Amino acid sequence: MVSKAKVFVMKSAGTNCDEETRTAFELAGALATIGFAEELFGKAQNISRYHIIVFPGGFSYGDDIAAGKVWATEIKHFFHEELQKFISQGNLVLGICNGFQVLVKLGLLPSLDGTTEQTVSLTFNDSARYEDRWVHLRKCSNKSVFINDTDGLLYMPIAHAEGKFIVKNQKVLNKLFKNNQVIFQYTDRNDRLAGYPANPNGSLKNIAGICDPTGRVLGMMPHPERAVVRTHYPNWRRHTIKPSIMGMTIIQNCVNYIKKSLLS
Amino acid sequence: MNHRIEVSTKPSLTDPIGEEIKKDIQYLGINRIENIRFIRVFILNAKTLGKAALNHIAQNILSDPVSDIYQLEHHIFFSTRSTSSPVEIAFLPGVMDPVALTTHKLLKKVGYEEIASVQTRNRYEIIGNISKREIEFIVKKLLMNSLIQVWLKDERKMYIRRRQSTLRKRTVKILKKSNSELIAISNNGFLSLNLEEMKHIQAYFALRKKNPTDIELETIAQTWSEHCVHKTFKGAITYNGMLIDNLLKSTIVKATEVINKDYCISVFKDNAGIIQFTKEYGITFKVETHNHPSALEPYGGAGTGIGGVIRDTLGTGLGAKPIANTDIFCFGLSHFPIKNLPSGVMHPKRIFKGVIAGVRDYGNRMGIPTVNGTIIFDNTYLYNPVVYCGSIGIIPLKYSHKSPKSDDTIVVCGGKTGKDGIHGVTFASKELSESSEASSSGAVQIGNPITEKKLLDALMEARDEELYHAITDCGGGGLSSAIGEMGQDLGVTVHLEKVPLKYAGLRYDEIWISESQERMIIAVPKNNLKRMEEIFKKHNVDYAAIGTFEKTGNLELFYKKKRVGILDMDFLHNKYPQPRKNACWKRKHFVEPVLQKNIDLEHIILRLLSCPTIASKEVVIRQYDHEVQGMSSLKPLVGTENDGPSDGAVLRPLTNSKRGIVITNGINPFYGKIDPYWMAAACIEEAMRNAVSCGGNPDKSAILDNFSWGDVSNPQILGELVRASQGCRDTAIALHVPFISGKDSLNNTFSLHGKKKSILSTLLISCISICDDVTKTISTDLKKAGNLIYLIGITKRELGASHYYKLYNRIGNSVPCLDLKRSRRTLKKVYRSLKRNVIKAIHDCSEGGLSITLAEMAIGGRLGMEIHLEKVISEGKLRNDELLFSESNSRFVVEIPPQKKELFEHLTDGVPYAHIGKVIKEGTLIINRKKRKLVKLSIEHIATTWKKGIAW
Repeated sequence: MVSKAKVFVMKSAGTNCDEETRTAFELAGALATIGFAEELFGKAQNISRYHIIVFPGGFSYGDDIAAGKVWATEIKHFFHEELQKFISQGNLVLGICNGFQVLVKLGLLPSLDGTTEQTVSLTFNDSARYEDRWVHLRKCSNKSVFINDTDGLLYMPIAHAEGKFIVKNQKVLNKLFKNNQVIFQYTDRNDRLAGYPANPNGSLKNIAGICDPTGRVLGMMPHPERAVVRTHYPNWRRHTIKPSIMGMTIIQNCVNYIKKSLLS
Repeated sequence: MNHRIEVSTKPSLTDPIGEEIKKDIQYLGINRIENIRFIRVFILNAKTLGKAALNHIAQNILSDPVSDIYQLEHHIFFSTRSTSSPVEIAFLPGVMDPVALTTHKLLKKVGYEEIASVQTRNRYEIIGNISKREIEFIVKKLLMNSLIQVWLKDERKMYIRRRQSTLRKRTVKILKKSNSELIAISNNGFLSLNLEEMKHIQAYFALRKKNPTDIELETIAQTWSEHCVHKTFKGAITYNGMLIDNLLKSTIVKATEVINKDYCISVFKDNAGIIQFTKEYGITFKVETHNHPSALEPYGGAGTGIGGVIRDTLGTGLGAKPIANTDIFCFGLSHFPIKNLPSGVMHPKRIFKGVIAGVRDYGNRMGIPTVNGTIIFDNTYLYNPVVYCGSIGIIPLKYSHKSPKSDDTIVVCGGKTGKDGIHGVTFASKELSESSEASSSGAVQIGNPITEKKLLDALMEARDEELYHAITDCGGGGLSSAIGEMGQDLGVTVHLEKVPLKYAGLRYDEIWISESQERMIIAVPKNNLKRMEEIFKKHNVDYAAIGTFEKTGNLELFYKKKRVGILDMDFLHNKYPQPRKNACWKRKHFVEPVLQKNIDLEHIILRLLSCPTIASKEVVIRQYDHEVQGMSSLKPLVGTENDGPSDGAVLRPLTNSKRGIVITNGINPFYGKIDPYWMAAACIEEAMRNAVSCGGNPDKSAILDNFSWGDVSNPQILGELVRASQGCRDTAIALHVPFISGKDSLNNTFSLHGKKKSILSTLLISCISICDDVTKTISTDLKKAGNLIYLIGITKRELGASHYYKLYNRIGNSVPCLDLKRSRRTLKKVYRSLKRNVIKAIHDCSEGGLSITLAEMAIGGRLGMEIHLEKVISEGKLRNDELLFSESNSRFVVEIPPQKKELFEHLTDGVPYAHIGKVIKEGTLIINRKKRKLVKLSIEHIATTWKKGIAW
């Protein structure tokens, strides 16, 4: 029997997408555990058991101060080295929504030139309010291992108040594109980089997700774990839903990658 | 020493929060604002905190290097011109400030132990040529609420809670007091006890030859409050000369008994009702009202409303896991002229936006999807908005029941106790007045959803390890009600000094009745205390063992080892004097409108579509996370553009099963003006029609009643309650649908110039229904050109209290009635057709009648329709406007593929149906009567009109 990919879905006070994230990974054939950072790092030294760490969606610490900021500060203060080591060993890290905000504020994304200086941010939506809506995503680069078997425009929901992608300066933006670290852009259904509501939060260059230089750390505002089965889709009654556009494919890719590269 | 850090968005970036406020100010009629910038202020108090440390905190922890700027000890200014006015707003001491708490904890955790406290403030820089008076107006109307906040004209000023003495046992002298003295004691103590009750208490203590202590009297007041015992609903009522012994028992509860469904697991007795879902799981449902608090502080009131009902779910059986929220609101019209509002009343638009934000922030942060709801707009809700919050949970059936055992430890867990919400319960049972804004501040509170989320996570873990025997929530009445009720069959001893406090200075009786949020009570066997503690610690949840359940039959209260109160449970819970009230009801007659013959039907349809009660609620729905937890199978918005309305929500709670639950509601307070009986019938049927449309089995459904009523000391208004309850009973029995839980909120009145103004008698029916296979459910949006359109049901001349008449400011008298037998048959037949997969789209007819149903289906599919009005089955010969706008019950519009025509007609046999038209490719709604073209409207026009009806 081939052993299974092992996933640690990390939670903090206020994380709330942990259970459906675990379910999605289990459906993809992984073993998934939910736990606090303290159960993974430090004395516990459990980290070597896992191949994938997911920072799921939610409102870590209520998003007090700013979205993901408190959780990022804690991780940075206590567990930064271990997390970096985990990445350098060839494992995967996925940040979804609040998890993306954490990775960005932690400096693990985009990690241009391997530094952990924060060079991009996710700030208040132009609409000044929380929004839940389905978005089309263009796959912009093949750099990340997370997007192998996807095809055409992906379709999944966003649900956040602070998802507007911004950069420190033009240089950062140029580098992101040049390094192929921009993974997803919001588009309309015809694959055009359109404004609101196609770009639901006013993100710069419609950026919805980026990876690190290794392609093994991905952060994205949309929720793949909410687009796992056909009936999750708003219009499954109107037409068939192709697996290649589903969020499930991203999750399946993580698991397949681990199987291929680390377990075989 | 206090250190100030200010953080704001970089000037080069737009400030969406400032922009939003600017929009709201324009709505107030002030147009000369150039710009508003929002600045977050943190005040850190520490004996010594070096410049470097302060800078590090500001730069790395409190601000974002990419989006923010910050200042230490100084103000951020965006404009140096004289037209720039700063406004700084702080929370009053003791008001929950989650950001300050989180920040303080974080700073200590990362090494800044020296910081003693953190305070946050909101600072606004208002730039524009406006007067001082206008600034004052903006601050009062938009930027702050004086119940919880203060506008600091001098920013160096700190508001600090003053300490009070804590222990002084007081007795209240009630023995040998006269009637008027007793009333004065009740009023002065905010007890809301009436004379009869005071005399009853007096007699009880006279027997014991002593006066009550303050805490004893408080406990009785809390336990006997309308909010806790529903004494009107359960009391005796003389109705039109006939005696009703117990209204609730003889109507709502009666229906459930008569129907006697085996899937009802727990009804009326727990914090929520439970029905069976699968062999292993049950579904819980409870809907609460939070009207009074939302009138005074919309954000906090609505947020704590949703927080409270979630705790009801958590406190049902041994704890259900909350999986969905619902919310239904009634507000005054958003364009009501602000200058016509009495002082002490908030503008309805501010209430609307505040309530939505409150529910949004609490529900979203808890990670519970808000999946269904509606909003009614009418100016009778100007003074008293109605806020219903519902919570649905899933529970292993083996955990459906609970009872504390003697010798179990009483553990309070979750939030700490402060002075919040003291007298909330007795306040909830009273009317508001122009001065309420100033006098009821204690009753207002702000919630902290993350505290509740942690508590939820911890308790689910403890439940699955079976660590406690019983659980209940601290809601109205605080510990007093929660512990009192939980221990009523046993007896309890409580040591009040053990309760974790937010701050020092609470008196013991305040600890006992405080309504601080996010607290639960559990009964833990002594052996499990250690494991329980581990779980709480892991989730970082505050808790304390505060007493014991003991078979003494007494409630005994101690403070620092000194007994401060003793009452016997039997007196407390069973001996309150049953009130006897008078009620009468006689049908009123309203002017019957005489309408001209040649009505511009297109114009009317567009006006109806844009009236806010009917218009799209998309701007609200999208602010709610309606998909978290990954169960959503029918969204609130559907169709090609994801903007058509749904009749309800479908959830699939278990990944390994296709079985689902359907959640819907029915509400129409306008019908009650004519006859509350038919209002109740219509609400129940509407909820059931919606449920069946979404694929719910009418024979596996259950409903909840929520009454928000006016002044029930007025016999006519109480009569309306009786009449509505009777309508509930008869309709529920006829439709075979049991009530499993409910709630009443009475005395929703506002005292204006000494005159009582009551809200419309408002009944909400919420429905939960089981669906065998979510992959077979249907949505409302039209699917394909060429398909046939059928109208099921009979259209009658029933326009009384319709939205159509409302356009002419008329009520009329022909309220829609319900043919009970036909209703049941229709629901069953429609469900049968749905299960056989012959229906492609379905939508029920309600507000606005057939015209709106057709328009909404067309919007969803962005397809047109050609309808032949002469084919509609009607009772008598009806005019075009009557056919289109009548709100007759028991009607559905369905879309059928031509090849399924015969099968559909066969399956629907026995119910009136008519083939009235077809779906067309052209995006136009065409309505003809014989050869005459009556309506030709483009779907885009219809859609934009409908989507613009609510101004945000």
